[in-house]
Amino acid sequence: MTTDTLENTEHHEEHHAQPSGIKRWLYTTNHKDIGTLYLWFSFIMLLVGGGLAMIIRAELFQPGLQIVEPDFFNQLTTTHGLIMVFGAIMPAFTGFANWMIPMMIGAPDMALPRMNNWSFWILPFAFSILIGSFFMESGAPNFGWTFYAPLSTTYSNGSTAFFVFAVHIMGISSIMGAINVIVTIMNMRAPGMTYMKMPLFVWTFFITAYLLIAVMPVLAGVVTMVLTDTYFGTSFFNAAGGGDPVMFQHIFWFFGHPEVYIMILPAFGIVSTIIPAFARKKLFGYSSMVYATASIALLSFIVWAHHMFTTGMPLFGELFFMYCTMLIAVPTGVKVFNWVATMWRGSMSFEIPMLFSIAFVILFTIGGFSGLMLALTPVDFQYHDTYFVVAHFHYVLVTGSLFSIFAGTYYWLPKWTGHMYNQTLAQWHFWCSIISVNLLFFPMHFLGLAGMPRRIPDYALQFADFNKWVSIGGFAFGLSQLLFLAVVIKCIRSGEKAADKPWDGAEGLEWTVASPAPYHTFSTPPAIKDE
Amino acid sequence: MTSDKPTPQSHTTTVKKLMFVVVGMFAFGFALVPLYDVFCDITGLNGKTNDEAVAYTADGIDTSRTVTVQFITHNAKQIPWKFKPLIQQIKVHPGEQKVVKFYAKNQATQAIVGQAVPSVSPGIAAGYFQKIECFCFERQPLQADEEVEMALQFYVDVDLPKDISTLTLSYTLYDISEKIASL
Ligand SMILES: [Cu+2]
Repeated sequence: MTTDTLENTEHHEEHHAQPSGIKRWLYTTNHKDIGTLYLWFSFIMLLVGGGLAMIIRAELFQPGLQIVEPDFFNQLTTTHGLIMVFGAIMPAFTGFANWMIPMMIGAPDMALPRMNNWSFWILPFAFSILIGSFFMESGAPNFGWTFYAPLSTTYSNGSTAFFVFAVHIMGISSIMGAINVIVTIMNMRAPGMTYMKMPLFVWTFFITAYLLIAVMPVLAGVVTMVLTDTYFGTSFFNAAGGGDPVMFQHIFWFFGHPEVYIMILPAFGIVSTIIPAFARKKLFGYSSMVYATASIALLSFIVWAHHMFTTGMPLFGELFFMYCTMLIAVPTGVKVFNWVATMWRGSMSFEIPMLFSIAFVILFTIGGFSGLMLALTPVDFQYHDTYFVVAHFHYVLVTGSLFSIFAGTYYWLPKWTGHMYNQTLAQWHFWCSIISVNLLFFPMHFLGLAGMPRRIPDYALQFADFNKWVSIGGFAFGLSQLLFLAVVIKCIRSGEKAADKPWDGAEGLEWTVASPAPYHTFSTPPAIKDE
Repeated sequence: MTSDKPTPQSHTTTVKKLMFVVVGMFAFGFALVPLYDVFCDITGLNGKTNDEAVAYTADGIDTSRTVTVQFITHNAKQIPWKFKPLIQQIKVHPGEQKVVKFYAKNQATQAIVGQAVPSVSPGIAAGYFQKIECFCFERQPLQADEEVEMALQFYVDVDLPKDISTLTLSYTLYDISEKIASL
């Protein structure tokens, strides 16, 4: 609007002499630095969680017990889940949010930079505790990432305290991160950047942040109850003292279902940014995308018991949760059709971010469909706790969330580093990943339908062939990620200089600044053009 | 809509509002505990039966229906008692009173206080299973090697939904000696 308000928008504190070395990263309050920290942290966690998965797949390569004891196997599946959910996927999206949201809305930094520093730096402590419990007398948590009572209370192996402490820290970190994003978006948009002009990634993370502050406290509550049940003699989930173990599942999944959208909504945002750029068309149905995201978020609060169909609910409850769950397919379908419509008759080109985005649309939809199958109460009795469930959530979380993270990284990497990455190597990463990931997860559907239960170190002989292929796919997918590491490191070190806007169809304020993005951007808010 | 002057104050207000949500949701997690109890009490959702004796109100006996009531017992973690129903199942007409006996023996070398917690399956039937007298209303202190026969007097409500013809009553026996001692 006017320019005279601009100079007092943000008093840039005097430029301190920037500390170097480790201190730069420890004390940084710069959103780009913190974004980078989040992204590297999540990549390290991806490798750790992936390493655990490699041991799991090695054990399952053939029937019988070869490599690990059943109890250790349970510790592997539990920590694999916890690390991937809270250590890899969620921090990666927070990393994107830190890097991109201020640049996308024309703000100089996050609203609360010191809190931003804290919310990152407590994370390594949380995961040190979690991973460190492997080396303690108790062993790591072995009750599944869902830590159902009484497994985590009465039958705990002694790791519950470490687990609860770690989850509390992760929760505090997520809540602080979410508050920061909301305050930034509400208060720091450049003049003229109305809500309905915000890029879709900003929108999806805005809604995700609300989900985070709504359900992470519930998670904190339920782990606290588990802690007091285990060590302080309360009976929240202990029938002998008047509690109810089924109530644990209700409270846990009240957090748990919105949590899955916390892990997928930002992915929708990234893909909705990339597809228009490489289809060279505007995103089809921008406002319907926003409303679809909001309705998915709202619906996520009333579907939790679809994880509990086999606990003996009354018929009315089963029908209610079944229909509500299936209702979510409507806004999700809106999104998928919008992406397809954006590509329809576009002048598409298939750069690496686009390849990952198209793979996302197809494979996430497969994961969505298997979710729809699981939502059907009568058939869920067959699928419950089988490999079909494992196949479903890995399709949505690996080929969904993780692929969107790859897509986003390949899209913004030139902006972050100032270099173009090696396209050939990245192509290799894509093709190796897409082939191996399907070899890894697709046969799991059939294993589940045939009745192979999840979370077991040994299985009946008839599952042997498929498991062998799945394991081979797993090893290949794990190794392929080293290509990703190679591309990123090479891109940071060298590579041809990237243009300010290396993708000709890309839109957004982030492409108006230099590549690599200067340490401080938009100290003066940019002018937002009216369309 | 855009505030063109983001001041620390406006951040503080927003943060305060959001912290209010955070604290509220943390409290909500705990509020779910009593809410769940009330909800289950009304709907009989979790198979919990009445925990106080009810008086027998004979609304007549529905001899046109016969319901099978099965009894099963579990020992919770490591309680060294023998605990079993003396009969596995019994056929009753809705409205008809019955008495069945359970046997318990403390096989440990020290006294133990036990508490049996009942649960009915299907859960929806729990509200129709009425206990007039039950050993589960009280604690059971047993000396080492002491044995006891414990009675359950019950009737099934005549309003039991028509499609339910079998009820399973499960007792889980817990060792509550430590809890008692700490009181
Ligand atoms: Cu769910």
